[in-house]
Amino acid sequence: MEAKTVQTPHVPVRYFEGGKGEPLVFLHGAGGITAEDPFLAELAKKYHVYAPLLPGYGDSEECGELREMLDITLHTWDVIDALGLKDPILVGHSMGGMIAAEMAAIAPNDVSRLGLICPAGLWLDDHPIPDIFAMLPYELPAVLFHDVEAGTALMTAGVALDDPEWLKGFLVQNARQMGMAGKILFPVPDRGLSQRLYRLKAKTVLVWGDGDKLIVPAYAHAWKKAINGAELVSIPEAGHLMTLEKPEHVAKAISKLG
Amino acid sequence: MKFTWFNLMPWPYLPDDFREKHRSVWVDIDSRLFDPAKANEVYNSYMDMLEYAGTMGFDGIGVNEHHQNGYGIMPSPNIIAAGLARRTSDVGLVVLGNSIALYNPPVRVAEEFAMLDCISGGRLVAGFPVGTSMDTNYCYGQIPALTREKYQEAHDLIRRAWSDPDPFAWNGRYNKLRHVNIWPRPIQDPPPIHIPGGGSVETYDFCIDNTYSYSYLSFSGYIRAKALMQGYWDRVAERNAPDESPYRAGFAQTICVADTDEEAERLYSEHVSYFYNRCLHVYGGFADAPGYRTIKTIQTGALSQYAPPIDGYSSLTWKDLTEQGHVIAGSPETVRQRMEELIKGLNVGNIFCLMHVGNMPMDKCMHSTKLFAEKVMPHLRDMFPDYKDDNRFWCKPLKKQAKPGSLPAEKEVAALVGGKD
Repeated sequence: MEAKTVQTPHVPVRYFEGGKGEPLVFLHGAGGITAEDPFLAELAKKYHVYAPLLPGYGDSEECGELREMLDITLHTWDVIDALGLKDPILVGHSMGGMIAAEMAAIAPNDVSRLGLICPAGLWLDDHPIPDIFAMLPYELPAVLFHDVEAGTALMTAGVALDDPEWLKGFLVQNARQMGMAGKILFPVPDRGLSQRLYRLKAKTVLVWGDGDKLIVPAYAHAWKKAINGAELVSIPEAGHLMTLEKPEHVAKAISKLG
Repeated sequence: MKFTWFNLMPWPYLPDDFREKHRSVWVDIDSRLFDPAKANEVYNSYMDMLEYAGTMGFDGIGVNEHHQNGYGIMPSPNIIAAGLARRTSDVGLVVLGNSIALYNPPVRVAEEFAMLDCISGGRLVAGFPVGTSMDTNYCYGQIPALTREKYQEAHDLIRRAWSDPDPFAWNGRYNKLRHVNIWPRPIQDPPPIHIPGGGSVETYDFCIDNTYSYSYLSFSGYIRAKALMQGYWDRVAERNAPDESPYRAGFAQTICVADTDEEAERLYSEHVSYFYNRCLHVYGGFADAPGYRTIKTIQTGALSQYAPPIDGYSSLTWKDLTEQGHVIAGSPETVRQRMEELIKGLNVGNIFCLMHVGNMPMDKCMHSTKLFAEKVMPHLRDMFPDYKDDNRFWCKPLKKQAKPGSLPAEKEVAALVGGKD
């Protein structure tokens, strides 16, 4: 994947681009994404993939003007316009799924194919979503991965807690990224989407890991019920970060969109 | 110098195995550890203690705001301050402060502070903290990255609500109000404002630009505070503030006084240990919501002010805590010397004396308070002769204040209707 920048009305936006085929826009989750992401590589085998970073993620510029859900939804439409795309396949993971669903709800005639990978955005009182904003880094693998040991190894690669410069870099990146994510996910990741989902017209595929401990599979059924005609694909032995754990399976599910 | 006797109001009945059995004293502390009937005694004895301090020559008595917190059972300091306003006279009421981003709408703070100022006859010293991340984000649900913007707007709104004599419309991002016109108005125009901060450059500038006093409320003592306070004074110089008055700054310090150094350890060490081991046992995940501190602040290298020492407080002995200055304790002479070091070293004119510590019983607290007031404070009064007339950062009470007990005698009332009542 190649890292590029496109200008939008609010802020220059960093994005990764690669692959050939139908255009597909992928919106990352709260943890962000890199050019080496295995799921992007899988998607790029079949699609022309564009993966924009939310402002503040990675090395991209922050944008104080984006404060709430509507700002972020419209901003992401601005990105699609700036990329010169029309009705691309729209796919989002977790927080990115929440944004993609909002985009489809606000402009239902502009999204005909929607892929939602364990999206955030709904809240079930019987299944409160763990507060990732109040977790220490070492606590995260247990809720993010099906295979906690492998997930821990993945998340701790390169970590040097005893190096003050590394720590500062980590804290800055965390503040930039999770600070931005907090605008739509903190303290409860629900910004009223449930009352707008009836507007969706897209062919929708929902993808959920059977072992998702962050947004548990009960949410998959709530989403399926809320979106007319949505198809649900369950992935066995996969947790919330299944784009890292099972990239081929998730990409195969997305390919049902055409 | 301005000395404020300050009470955090800790819950004094946290169990011995609190650290082992509970993950945090704050945010998700087990409510079963709170006993409302015991709280009746706790609140009243703490208020008695504040009133006692108010008679001992302190310039102020101080309260603050925390939520869901086992070491600060004062979600509403204004309720305590209202009680104190009626039962004290002359002493400043230091409310440090109200977390103004949490009030909806923030004119509520303008109103309540105005009430306190009127009831107390102009004795209010007001504090406007952003609020800790635990209080503001985790307990009260404010979005971390927007907290400061919301705080700033609340500040601007409160200041205008106090000063604009006419009703005005407020079209803010976080507050839409068509008719702002608070009743009552404060006696002081405006009350002096102190801003608790934790080392962010933005807060330094905010204080300098508005002539507010910058307060560093740390529990780690004056020695560790040196770098942070120096950062503030460097900034004061850089921004060409008209003076470097020590009253531009305040500092909170835990202080325990006894007749001798040994006696101080014997009397107070268990209570100091209770505070540092149980009260400061905060789960790390609640220390600093991402987005709450600005990037600039993180880059200056400041870890969260709630980050404990590397090995945690639990490993610190009485000797460590006193030698490293977390706690200033000992005989009046020892305490005086160390207070001088603090006051000169940090160049601070406002001292928030944390004299009730952890689960300290009232008799010990009175003993320590009396010794400080009588044998330490008088020697520290004239540390800054050049600035002795600098009253910009302190309250200006009415010369003649109303007192409780103003009602006429019942027979005078009866006289209204010819003595037949």
